[in-house]
Formats: sequence, structure tokens, C-alpha cells
Amino acid sequence: MTWVGAPVPRTQDRRMLLGRGKFTGDLDRTGALHAAFVRSPFAAAAVRSIDTSPALAVPGVAAAFTAADLGDPALLAVLERPEFVPTPLPLLAIGQVRHVGEPVAVVLAEDPYTAEDAIELVDVDWSPQPVVASLDAATAADAAQVQEQAPGNCLVDLTMFDDERLDGIFATAPAVITATVRSGRLAALPMEGRAALAEWDERDQQVVMHVSTQVPHQVRSAVAQAFGVAEHRIRVIAPDVGGGFGLKCVAGREEVTLAGIAMRLRRPVRWVEDRQENLTASFHGHEQRYQVRAAFAGDGRILGLSAEIDCDVGAYSAFPFTCAVEPLMAATELPGIYKVPAYRARGRAIATHKAPTAPYRGVSRPQLVLVMERVMEKAARELGLDPLAVRRRNMIGPGEFPYTGCNGITYDEGSYAESLDLAEKRVTEAGWPGERDRLRAAGLLAGIGYSCFSERTAYGTPTMSQRRMRMTPGYDTATVRMDPSGEVIVTTGTCGHGQGHETTFAQIVADRLGVHPRQVRLRQGDTDLASYGWGTWGSRSIVIGGGAARRAADGVAAQLRQVAAHLLEASPADIELNGGMAGVRGDQSAAVPLSELARIVYFQAHQLPEGLRYGLEARESFDPPGTFSNACHAVLVAIDAGTGEIRVRRYLVVEDCGVVINPVIVDGQVRGGVTQGVAAALLEQVRYDPDGQPGSATLMDYLAPTAAEICPIEIVHLETPSAFSETGAKGMGEGGTIGAPAAVLNAVNDAMESSGISLDHIPVRPWDIHAALSGGNPG
Amino acid sequence: MKDTHLIRVRVNGREHELAVESRRTLADMLRHDLGYTGTHLGCEHGICGACTVLVNGEPARACLMFGVQADGQDVATVEGLADGEDLSDLQQAFSDRHGLQCGFCTPGFLMLAEGYLAERQARDGAADAEPSEQEIREVVAANLCRCTGYQGIVEAVLDTARQRLAREAR
Repeated sequence: MTWVGAPVPRTQDRRMLLGRGKFTGDLDRTGALHAAFVRSPFAAAAVRSIDTSPALAVPGVAAAFTAADLGDPALLAVLERPEFVPTPLPLLAIGQVRHVGEPVAVVLAEDPYTAEDAIELVDVDWSPQPVVASLDAATAADAAQVQEQAPGNCLVDLTMFDDERLDGIFATAPAVITATVRSGRLAALPMEGRAALAEWDERDQQVVMHVSTQVPHQVRSAVAQAFGVAEHRIRVIAPDVGGGFGLKCVAGREEVTLAGIAMRLRRPVRWVEDRQENLTASFHGHEQRYQVRAAFAGDGRILGLSAEIDCDVGAYSAFPFTCAVEPLMAATELPGIYKVPAYRARGRAIATHKAPTAPYRGVSRPQLVLVMERVMEKAARELGLDPLAVRRRNMIGPGEFPYTGCNGITYDEGSYAESLDLAEKRVTEAGWPGERDRLRAAGLLAGIGYSCFSERTAYGTPTMSQRRMRMTPGYDTATVRMDPSGEVIVTTGTCGHGQGHETTFAQIVADRLGVHPRQVRLRQGDTDLASYGWGTWGSRSIVIGGGAARRAADGVAAQLRQVAAHLLEASPADIELNGGMAGVRGDQSAAVPLSELARIVYFQAHQLPEGLRYGLEARESFDPPGTFSNACHAVLVAIDAGTGEIRVRRYLVVEDCGVVINPVIVDGQVRGGVTQGVAAALLEQVRYDPDGQPGSATLMDYLAPTAAEICPIEIVHLETPSAFSETGAKGMGEGGTIGAPAAVLNAVNDAMESSGISLDHIPVRPWDIHAALSGGNPG
Repeated sequence: MKDTHLIRVRVNGREHELAVESRRTLADMLRHDLGYTGTHLGCEHGICGACTVLVNGEPARACLMFGVQADGQDVATVEGLADGEDLSDLQQAFSDRHGLQCGFCTPGFLMLAEGYLAERQARDGAADAEPSEQEIREVVAANLCRCTGYQGIVEAVLDTARQRLAREAR
């Protein structure tokens, strides 16, 4: 048997269930100081002066810092393109604030209550300035400028593709669909907010940081760059991390600031973000507008696609991705699974006086899938065709893989048509159409919606380098070492935070070495233990980190075979590793326990020839171009026309992420992702008023979904292995979130068909339903 | 001038006597004065339920109570659920049903579910029918989880309710 594919129970469950998880906020240090940040109440203001002395007079307050006190440290995320405007991200405001919640000073006290009291006393002389808090305001003539380097508030303006045939195609096409599709600003909302503990280690002459992060090495690089110290002077450890969803795949100003303070004070300093800070002063995402035109032939074939994509990225570029991550992904990947022959896309990042953005789960794919799936529906309606038939006519079909699209992307083998066929079949067999009819007969509006999409995952440097980031991520490195007791330690630069990597990596490595996953221990989230790596985001870890671990495990397996061959007087090619033993193929009698091989290698090195002595260890990297998972989602919604309430009644996912390492974990990722996507479609929105004041600073206002807003989610698996990954697995951490908004919005539109209104924005709220039903203007 | 009170509180059956500032929340007192860091804080305004503990057997948001209000009370936290190193039936069901991913919200859900199951048992008696999926879903809706989509949590609580009913019936 193999461990890959088995529902191996997660090793981390036990400590979490016993209340023995160790999250950053759980760590106590004697003499630690607690940080509280003074934050801007204004969306735009000059900071004329800051007086921390009244705070310093409070008993229990030990120190306070402004930017000037720390040498005006800032982070600079750069895209090496002429169309990109680099703007520094000050750790603490340097004379100017650009969003409510921007940190301007920090107070350190013996307990957090005192620190919070004291920040109230810091005297800041603000000079408020005009505010731009929306795409329209920021791009208006004479708009106030968020960054002095960026006239017109445009931080990046890239026309990625511009097929000159398009004008002719639009002029002659039998049908041209136009649409404006909008998506609301979202908060990633991990249940554990951000947190950091930084302390100076005198013996190692090093600042040691525990940070709730997805990217320990990038936090280390951020500290090194902000304070001008060598990277080895910083050790970043991610202990248990309570979710991230992209919020923690960028360096936070607060955690980097804490490192600088710990180096100065030589005392442990800690900070735990509260939920208000998390909702207003961390990072957001997904606020986008697409103005699209699509040309279709009479038979439903798409002939051309043109899109103007604007992303409201807030005030700053997050480190290291830059604010271009959303518009670049959107403009590059918009065609998705459809064969678009002619394409034009312009992507812009527009600065506003709002919190900066980070790559929240899905990044731009929930939106671009939303756009394409609305376009397919609209084209079908315009042409009098079946919407699923229009999709089938345009999607990359069986036998067409690998397919290179007009966007230059090569799609590895997937099951786009098969997943739609299967979803439609299940929906029919499960009686959804009949249920929709019954709901309608009972006086509700009811509809069924589909979305078909692929999920580009595991972006290695061959793909990432096309973005031209100064810090280009993509590869990862693993070491595998068998210790003298015959057990295995794996290190990785990826950094799981709830995905169960301790278990899935162990499954991959166990198969290569012929041991039990219990004998494989994953060490991650520690920059002093692992080779430089890029953390966990972009559905990269199991493909890239797991691929590197598999390669390194193969290296150790080769060493074990050589040692066994030497001892058993056989050829290494005839040695099999299985069940904790090394045996000779076809000879049951000759076998040695792996623990005995390990003992000899470490403790009886002299018995072995020179090349086999001194350890069982390998280090390997993996850097793939990327691989595409795919799925089809179907959803049945019911809408109460009186209240406008939209309820999700049934949800089906047919998904294909190649080789499934652990089916239980895959299903959990899908269900969690779908729930976030449904919430993006119906509930969640970070709101700002025109003055840039947040309207969703608590969980009373930012509506995260509860169990009552989601229904059981049925999952069906297809398995098309990837030729682009070591294990055949494809990444799959984001697909649920990517596919759900489009399926839900299509279902809502199906339910609302009689109104004649097309709803093309998310979230769709009860008042949008009311407006649409009363002939008003939705959105 | 700090306003400090001497209180006695029983946590997971163990007596503690401590001086606590009047404004200190029960959650901070449990976590940082007494070391029960299994109770987590997700919002500090009573919505997410990550800090749910049992006070005299009933679920309570530890972020919305002051430590001094627990004077003389009986508090149960996640650390008290297991029998030594053996997971309780509810804890085991969470693992079996994949009711947790990052694990941060998990202690709150466990305590919420313990409170609910105990209350239901006391209310209905052993002879009553098992709860519906919908009933469990509404209970689970008291707390927030960002990872799982709730399905594994709902199934774990339902499984445990069924097992406990079956055990009572024997």
C-alpha cells in the first residue's frame, strides 16, 4: 500500500483538541513589554508633531517610539517594470498618514491594559487633508493624490495583451456582450489575528521572533531590509498559526517594528492584534471592477475578449508582493478555461486612502471566474442557447492538453468538460430542478447556478519571474535526514498554518522511504532550521514543498539502498525499502531494518566504504512552472422576495486536484474555501465612507458566515495527475473560494430571471434584491 | 492606582486564589495569570466565541466577563476535557470528522458543544430523540470558524450527541 491517498489522521489535531496548541499570543516571557500602536483616526493627514511624553509618564510604561526614533524604517516592494510606481511602506508614519488605522507611534508597557491606556495620551498634531476612498473618487479629475509619486493615483497600469484584430472582431461579431462586474473589499479574517513576540538573544547575537505568519523567511528579509542588518541576525519562528488566508503572506508593519524595538531595548516585546486593528489596519483584498466586452459567434463560440480591470489596492504596496499582484493576475489569467482567440487586457492598481491590500485567498481568480461565468450566461441568453452548452463549446476539451492560450499560459491536463458533465448529472439525479420548481411554487424565488474554472497553483519562478518582482518567489527547498534511530526529520521552507502539512508531507516521504508516517517529523516555520523558502500561499506547499521533500527523500532512499547493498552484498538496484526494512528483491530471507542501517551509518561508520559514511541526508529543491486544478461548482439558492434574504440550500463541488495526498484534508480545504466564497458573494464587505472612515470595524458589521449561513457541501473527486509536479498532485487551497461567488451569483440571477435584471456584483445583499424586484438600480 | 481584588476560583476542579485587577477580563486572567492558554481570543467583543468556557456548567464568553466575576465560581476550560491523555468522546469526534484545521477556534467550539450537550441531556432525559442536523447547526452558529465551513464540527457534535444518547439508553 501507499500512504499517499490514505485518510491518515492529522497529527496536529491532538494538541489542538487538548488545548495545548502554541500560538504566538500563548507564549509568555518574563519581563516582556506589551506594545500598543497609536493609529491614525484620519484617512489622510499630515502629522505635524508627535509628543509621547504624556504616555511615558504613565506608571508601567517603559518606552515609546516614533518613526524618527527608529530611523524612519520602511519596506519597499518593487516590480521592475516602467509601468509600476514604487512607494515605500513606512513601519510608522513618516510625517503623513494615508489610511485610518495607520500606525504612527508605539508605546510599550508592562501589561497590555496599561499600554492601551497610554496610547490615548500620545499627543499627535494632525492636519487633515482631502480624501479619496473609492475607485471613482481616486480616478476623478483633480483627485487628491495618495502618493506623491503617483499622479492620478495609478500605481501600476499594464496592458498585458492587445490583439490588434479585436476592433474588427467586435465590429463584425453576431453578438457582443458588455458587462461591468464589481467585487467588494474583503478581510481575510483568520480567527487568530496577527501577533508577534520579539526578543534579543545575547548569546546568539540575534533577534528571535515568534510571528503569526505564513512566510517566516520573508518576514526575516523584511526586518533585514528595514533595519539594515544581515539576515542571519534575525530568526523568525512561526509557531501554531491560527489561519492566514493570505493576510499573513506579507510582512506586517507591526511585527517588523517589534524586531527593531527588541534590538534596541534588549527586552522581549510582544503584540497581539485586536479584531478592530485586524479589520481596519491590516490588509484587505478583492475590491475590483471589470469592464468587459466579449464577442460571440451565433453558435456560442467566443471570438474575442477585452477587459479594463481596476483594483482598489488601498494606500500602500505590501511587501514583498507589491500592489500589482491583483491586476497582474487578473489581466494574465482572465480567459481561464475558455479558448479565447483574441484578447486585450489592461490592469490598473489604483491607490486610495484605505488600508493596503494583500493576496487574500484566490487573489483575483474569484473575480475573473465571476466575470467569465457571467459572460457565458449573458452570451447564452443573448443567443438563445443553453448556458452550459456555451461553456462546453468554449472550454479547453479532452485531447487538447497541454493547451497554450492567447495569454501565453500552458494549461496542464485537466478535466474541465468531465467535471461539468458530472456536476450536471449529479444535479439532475439529485432532483435539484424539481426542488427549484417546488420552491417557486411555494412562493420563493429559486435558482440553480454553475461555475466552471481552473485554479492555477504552485507558481514557481518560471511563472513568477514574468511579474518581474524584485524579490521573485517560487522555488522551495527541503532536507530529509534519517537520524541514528531510523526515524526521519524533514525540513521545509513552506509554512503550514492549519492545512495539516505535518501529516501530508509525512505521507509523501514515508512512501519513498518505506517507513510509517508516524516516523516522519516535519520541521517548518523556522528560518534557522529550514533553507530559504517562500512559505505557504498560492496553493503551493504540497506541490512545491512536497515535491522538494519527495526529491530529498529519494536522495536518502538511494543512500539507504547503497548501504543495504553493501551489507547484503547485493546491487543497490535490487534493494527495496518497505515496512521499515531494506530487503533484496525476490529474496525474503535477506532484509535489514532501516534502523539498523542508520545505526551502522552513524555509529559504525568505519564498517562502510568512504562514500557511504557520516549520515543519511539529502537536500533538494523544486521549482515547477505551475499546475492547474479544476472544478465545477453547482448551487441551489432560494430567495425570499419579501425580505430579500438569500439562502444557499444545496452545494455541489466536482473537483480535480490530481493525485490526492489525503482526501480528508482536501475535502476540508474545499468546504472551508466554498464557505468563504459564498460569504464573499452574499455577506462580507469591508466598507468605508467617502471620508475614508471604516464602516466595518467589528464582527457586528463585517458579516463572517456562521454554520447557519452554509449548508452541507457535497464533494465528488476526479483525479487527473499533473505531469508538472513530482507527486502528480495539484495545489487546491483556493479553489473553493474561487468558484463559489460565480456559482452563487449565477444562481441568484437564475432565481431573479423574471425581474429582467442582471446582478453583476458581489456581495449581493437583501437590499439589492429589493431594488432589483422594484425595478430600481441594484448595486 | 490599580483596583485589585483577591478572588478564589475553581478551574477544571482545581482551586486558585489570586489577586486580579477589576478590569481584567476572565479570558486574560485564565490565559495569563493562571496559564490556561487553551482558551483563545478571537474578537474580544463577544461575537466569535473562541473564548467560550463553561461557568457553572454554562457556556460563557470569557472576553465579556471580568475575572472578578468568577470569584467563587466553577470554570471549565478545554484543558479539563480529556481524561488524562485520553481524548474525550467529543474531542475524538472532532478529529474523526475533520472538525478543525488551524485549531484556533476549536477550544471555543468544544466548550460550546459540551455546554449544549449537557444542557440537552438535563432537559430532555435519555429517552428523547437525537437532535437534528439543523438543531446542531443552529447551536454551532454561535461561534465562528474560518477554516472548516462548519460541516465537520456539526457532524462531530451530532455524532457525540448520538453516542451519548445510546450510552444513556444502555
